[in-house]
Amino acid sequence: MKTQFKLFTLAAGLSLSATATFAEDSSDPIVIPTHNWSSQIVMSHVVGQIFESMGANVEYVSTDSQAVYESVRLGDVTLELEVWEGAFGNSFRAAQEKGGIVDAGDHNAITREDWWYPSWTKDACPGLPDWEALNACKAEFVTPETGENGRFLGGPVDWLKHDAERVEALDMDFTVVNAGSASALWAEVAAAEKTKRPVVIFNWTPNFVEALYPGEFVEFPKWEEGCDTDPSVGPNPDATYDCGNPANGYLKKAAWDGMEEKWPAAYKTLTEVSFTNPQIAEMAKLVDIDEMEPEEAASAWLESNEDVWKPWVAGGA
Amino acid sequence: MTAALTNNPQARLPALSKTRVAQGLLGVAVLLVLTKTVLPAGLVRPPEWLVWPFADWINALFNFMRDDLGLMHVTRGFAEGVEWLLDVTANLLYGRNRWPYLGPIPWSVIAVTAGVVGYALQGWRLALLSAGTFVWIVVMGQWTWSMETLSVIVVAAPFSILFGLLIGVLGWKSRRVEKILNPILNIAQSLPHFAYMIPVVVFIGVGPKAGAIVTIIFSVPPMIRMTLLGLKKVSPEVVESGHMCGATRWQLLHSVQIPTARTDILVGVNQVIMQCLAMVVLASFIGMPGLGQKLLQLLQALKIGRSVEIGITIVLLAVMLDRCTKAWAVRQPEHFEKGTSWVVRNKFLVIWAVLVAVAFALAQVFPMLDQVKRSQALSMAKPIDAVVDWFIVLIDPVTQWLRWFLITWILIPMRDAYLYLPFSAVLALLAAIGWAIGGLRSALVCIAFFGLIAMSGWWDRAMITVYMVSFSVLLALLVGFPMGIWGARHDKRAVKVLLICDTLQTFPSFIYLIPVVMLFGVNDVAVVSAVFLFAAVPLVRYTIEGLRGVPEALIEAANMSGATQRQTLWNVRLPMALPTIMVGVNQSVMFSLFMVIIAAFIGTQDLGQEMQRALSSTDVGKGLVLGLAVAFMGLMVDHLVNRWASRRRQALGLA
Repeated sequence: MKTQFKLFTLAAGLSLSATATFAEDSSDPIVIPTHNWSSQIVMSHVVGQIFESMGANVEYVSTDSQAVYESVRLGDVTLELEVWEGAFGNSFRAAQEKGGIVDAGDHNAITREDWWYPSWTKDACPGLPDWEALNACKAEFVTPETGENGRFLGGPVDWLKHDAERVEALDMDFTVVNAGSASALWAEVAAAEKTKRPVVIFNWTPNFVEALYPGEFVEFPKWEEGCDTDPSVGPNPDATYDCGNPANGYLKKAAWDGMEEKWPAAYKTLTEVSFTNPQIAEMAKLVDIDEMEPEEAASAWLESNEDVWKPWVAGGA
Repeated sequence: MTAALTNNPQARLPALSKTRVAQGLLGVAVLLVLTKTVLPAGLVRPPEWLVWPFADWINALFNFMRDDLGLMHVTRGFAEGVEWLLDVTANLLYGRNRWPYLGPIPWSVIAVTAGVVGYALQGWRLALLSAGTFVWIVVMGQWTWSMETLSVIVVAAPFSILFGLLIGVLGWKSRRVEKILNPILNIAQSLPHFAYMIPVVVFIGVGPKAGAIVTIIFSVPPMIRMTLLGLKKVSPEVVESGHMCGATRWQLLHSVQIPTARTDILVGVNQVIMQCLAMVVLASFIGMPGLGQKLLQLLQALKIGRSVEIGITIVLLAVMLDRCTKAWAVRQPEHFEKGTSWVVRNKFLVIWAVLVAVAFALAQVFPMLDQVKRSQALSMAKPIDAVVDWFIVLIDPVTQWLRWFLITWILIPMRDAYLYLPFSAVLALLAAIGWAIGGLRSALVCIAFFGLIAMSGWWDRAMITVYMVSFSVLLALLVGFPMGIWGARHDKRAVKVLLICDTLQTFPSFIYLIPVVMLFGVNDVAVVSAVFLFAAVPLVRYTIEGLRGVPEALIEAANMSGATQRQTLWNVRLPMALPTIMVGVNQSVMFSLFMVIIAAFIGTQDLGQEMQRALSSTDVGKGLVLGLAVAFMGLMVDHLVNRWASRRRQALGLA
């Protein structure tokens, strides 16, 4: 069924594309998915423009960041540039088990996702970033809906962050409230900033929010292997999740398993692509602070960072 | 539900026995609540044997259709066709690198075309609106995004219209088809948007083609309905005269029946276009490019001002297309004397051709008339943002208090109460309401709909949805009803208020979500206030339309018998308008159900949250079960309100 389908798209592609290139790569468009956060969009355009400089046809399509793995698997989109260990590790692994998606290597960047607070929160609770200090100032975080407990605003439930388990395991006086989307998280921070209300939310790095609202992660007991499965690991001998999230998660690239065959040169480049945390933050900044369009931001970034990306292109440098 | 409850006593039931039965059922419900602590667990929450694995069955069915029947190839084949068309429009409108490699068309040409269409349909005012919309778009630097959006709509709308016509004609030809069609249409129109999207992702994939197809699916039902309605209204005399002229069946349909049903069919076209625009933002979740996608990105980065600009564009496009199609529907075809010259018969075509040629030529000379870059565009985002910031800080004390008050004293107790109710008591209560309004049949309908929700295994979440919807609608009634009465006082005021209603209704709902979170934080108050905004609109609209639709003679009669204004309002106007107002309540419930699902993006624990998860894990079965649960709530309210309103109309001699 699969080959039949490939033939079909190939035929459709051939009949449509008149601008054939001389590269050995197929002239079918490489479809790059974009999601709803700026660093990913700019990075997609950066890589897309690199592919274009190699003579490939590129197209962008906006998709849901979880559902995209199903689309990569089916070859509807060709690759995914930001696979966050924490947020999308599960979806990626699930798709990998079903087959059709391959791991195209890690970025240099490390990711961290954990409880976070904007800097003004520290004025109200000077003992931060220590988690016990946070627990001691729970009164600063009390809201009507959480009663006597402090309120921690977590990400959407399907991000599976086990915050509630952690609160339980560390015996904290906090209640986890789940926001429905990343936008809701930022809206809370933005509103809190206007009156300098202390808040503690779920956040991650690299992220544009760092540039808008400086802040820090809460320091929980350090992550140890097995903290999530073995109760004896971590400070509480009877509970799992009695620790922070790993502070060095991967940021991966993924590709459709037919990509290597169809666009060998582009695939090679994809495996070479590797961005660092500051580079990703800069891409986000170009859009979120400097108000550029993602395409322009990508061109601007490529122009000022030739030494970074030229070596990724086969025969380039 | 609450609405039906409060209006119950006014229903003036003819048969006493009916009231008795209803009272008996109500008694059972109360008893079940009071004895909850000693009730067997099976009556408190649906027992295990009652919860059926519908989701697994649906998934199995879909897998069978996809893999064994090879339906995937059919759908993907159709999608390839749609994609080819999309490539053509994309090339023409925003210069995507595809056949026929002609585009992009200069913006001035498109604006001039819109202006001429507007003028031809109605005159100067519509011409200004149509051309002005495109000028606004280009001035605000949203040209490419808008064209991306339109390139999809231009393909999706004709497909919808065509399918709608075909299915409508089939339903009209055969009673059996119509019988099958009716419940399907009912469910389709009350299913939340997200429920459609999951199967589309599975069968079609993501991208503009998926966006187009989900838009087609979503916008077809009203077209089918209006076609059916229009064809049914064609009087037998007209058909008879067609027969007498010796028309074949095809000729009869093509040249007699469809032209006679023209106005209704064009109202259907209007509905299709409105639905297409309603999908602009939601369809971008599965890859529809353009304004919707941009809007979500901007909201994610908290750029409210620029999101509002996009919202305004969507409203303008909607208003323009709405006015144009309505003008088209009202306009009767022009007939010319034999021998009129071609130029006179096609004067608008000629004017258009000349203007387009001029615009093309000017665009060659002045690049500003061809393309406008974003950096050259204007923006009013900064002042909007400043106003929003100022407002949020200003009313912060009020919102903090309101948040505390609503959560502590109303929302949490109300929610706990809804969750406390044994499911058997809820069913008994609904049966009582059903019985009081429509006898045994309505009671069974209520039990069937909510019984299925109980069997879906999502009872607690469904009750949270019911709680949020019922509170929002109640609040909307408290505000919308007086506003409607106030708005109906004068003609001019009514027009203005209705215009605000139109705007609020087409303004993309996602934009509300962020300010609401900024005002109240992530909690039920934010959700309820976002839903309330949506729920109030139809109430205001139908209250105004109901009050203004009261026959003049009746009011005059009241005035003659010396009634004061207040007396006329309470004893004549309102009772007469009540059936129409109830339609507004019905719509209000529908809108709330849609909005409460979208409010999952704020953060809820109801069906909407699960629906969002089903979408991100592309779980077709779960998504459809949740969607149907929401649809059943809407359909139950719809059934009750319709039953009640039609009896009421009969009693008032309006039917």
